[in-house]
Amino acid sequence: MKLPIYMDNHATTRVDPRVLERMLPFFSDDFGNAASRNHPFGWKAEAAVEAAREEVGQLIGASGREIVFTSGATESDNLAILGVAEFYQSKGSHFITQPTEHKAVLDTLKVLERRGASVTYLPVDRTGLVRPEAVEAALTDKTVLVTIMAANNEVGTLQPLAEIGAICRKKGVLFHTDAAQGAGKFDFDVEAMNVDLVSLSAHKLYGPKGVGALYVRRKNPRVRLSPTMHGGGHERGMRSGTLNVPGIVGFGEAARICREELAHEIAHTQALRERLYATLTKELTHLTLNGHPTLRLPGNLNLSFAFVEGEALMMAMKDIAVSSGSACTSASLEPSYVLRALGVPEELAHSSIRFGIGRFNTEAEVDYVASKVITGVKKLRAMSPLYEMAQEGVGSASASFQAP
Amino acid sequence: MTYSESVLNHYENPQNVGALDKSAEDVGTGLVGAPACGDVMKLQIKVGEGDIIQDAKFKTFGCGSAIASSSLVTEWVKGKSLEEAMKIRNVDIANELALPPVKIHCSVLAEDAIKAAIADYRKKQQSAAVGSPA
Ligand SMILES: Cc1ncc(COP(=O)(O)O)c(C=O)c1O
Repeated sequence: MKLPIYMDNHATTRVDPRVLERMLPFFSDDFGNAASRNHPFGWKAEAAVEAAREEVGQLIGASGREIVFTSGATESDNLAILGVAEFYQSKGSHFITQPTEHKAVLDTLKVLERRGASVTYLPVDRTGLVRPEAVEAALTDKTVLVTIMAANNEVGTLQPLAEIGAICRKKGVLFHTDAAQGAGKFDFDVEAMNVDLVSLSAHKLYGPKGVGALYVRRKNPRVRLSPTMHGGGHERGMRSGTLNVPGIVGFGEAARICREELAHEIAHTQALRERLYATLTKELTHLTLNGHPTLRLPGNLNLSFAFVEGEALMMAMKDIAVSSGSACTSASLEPSYVLRALGVPEELAHSSIRFGIGRFNTEAEVDYVASKVITGVKKLRAMSPLYEMAQEGVGSASASFQAP
Repeated sequence: MTYSESVLNHYENPQNVGALDKSAEDVGTGLVGAPACGDVMKLQIKVGEGDIIQDAKFKTFGCGSAIASSSLVTEWVKGKSLEEAMKIRNVDIANELALPPVKIHCSVLAEDAIKAAIADYRKKQQSAAVGSPA
């Protein structure tokens, strides 16, 4: 087992060696511009891009012709939301979303709000779920887009996409989902789910950073977008800019592997997740699971270790890469907005750790991580005044202790 | 976040973790911070002859910098008079631990904890004096 151990696979993933191998020629001999129509360098690049486009489409049950390559899910979210807002402005400017979306969605919607659009933020329950009926109730004849993520990047909650999609389809409203965390991690199908726009990111599924895609439905209904990037008219005018050929080739290969190995991947990551959870709950008291018990990404485990601060706990596992919802890990000193939206008490938000298990993690790594967490939590609880108070039966959650 | 050598040292080997009998006459207890803000410090001092701090203990819920700040001040106050301990400033703590700007509040909390412990001790002494027969 090699240290440090990487268990932060929601932040990014390692490029699969098979992906890297496919990419390499496109940095050297096959360096052509996919838009060069009159020589073999261009043809080769274009053929590779088109093959990758088909692979990315297949991953989500779409045709390659519905895939627009971008620089990542952030750009895809921006393009979907701003592009729909502009193109359909004569219909209206009402949007529906929910508070645990990635900032790429929330901040883009804020821009539209400043320009006069109205946005409905549907509540989520304690597990992070949106109720499809709430989507239906919020729709108006001015609603142009519903945007609800596939899987949350912190707590892993999987939203009821098919139910929401059915409602949007029935009402004739476009449905976008940010599937940066979802695609390649569970069965995702744009037809079964009735989604019209899907944001994808290669680096979350063992592909390279800086490349992503937006799925744009071509029929029933045909979705139109105003571009946000103007120029040479690449990607059917929806996203100008010379294509990142090596990145796209890597994305295609990463998508192929995810699709072909999906069942194995789910079984592998879920088994490791359950092993980690079982070991921790056996050895430690006062643990709470953040997110949904079953409707969650197979590799996601988000736990609060009461009476222990998250950053301090991460220091106790310094050769392990995970992340925390603690304020101390952010510049703002605010704990995670996702956990707060779920109604997790702030004290427990400060105590949260996100374990992101991925393709390359092993049982030995999980056991090592578990043992480090257990030792760290025990050590920190022994020096925690809150633990002491809990042992003595003194409530502390809402207390505030003042300086003289 | 990268940590200074001194924060890491205190985090790895925290000094004076523990508790003193908070009902004892000669013990002052300071409890500052809020769980919702992510840090709570409990600092205790045991005061002897000539108002000299003979022992100090802490328990802290907070990040590594908060733990290091508590550990450092318990070291500093031992052997000091109450008067001298009152003079410990958060900037001294922050400098010693090379805390970055976002962690300055940890040193502020440690200064507050000392002051709270001293105040608690003094209050106990006063009520003992008032309560004792003339
Ligand atoms: C849900 C979600 N959306 C969007 C993004 C942004 O993706 P990218 O890094 O490809 O821009 C991320 C990754 O941080 C994510 O988790």
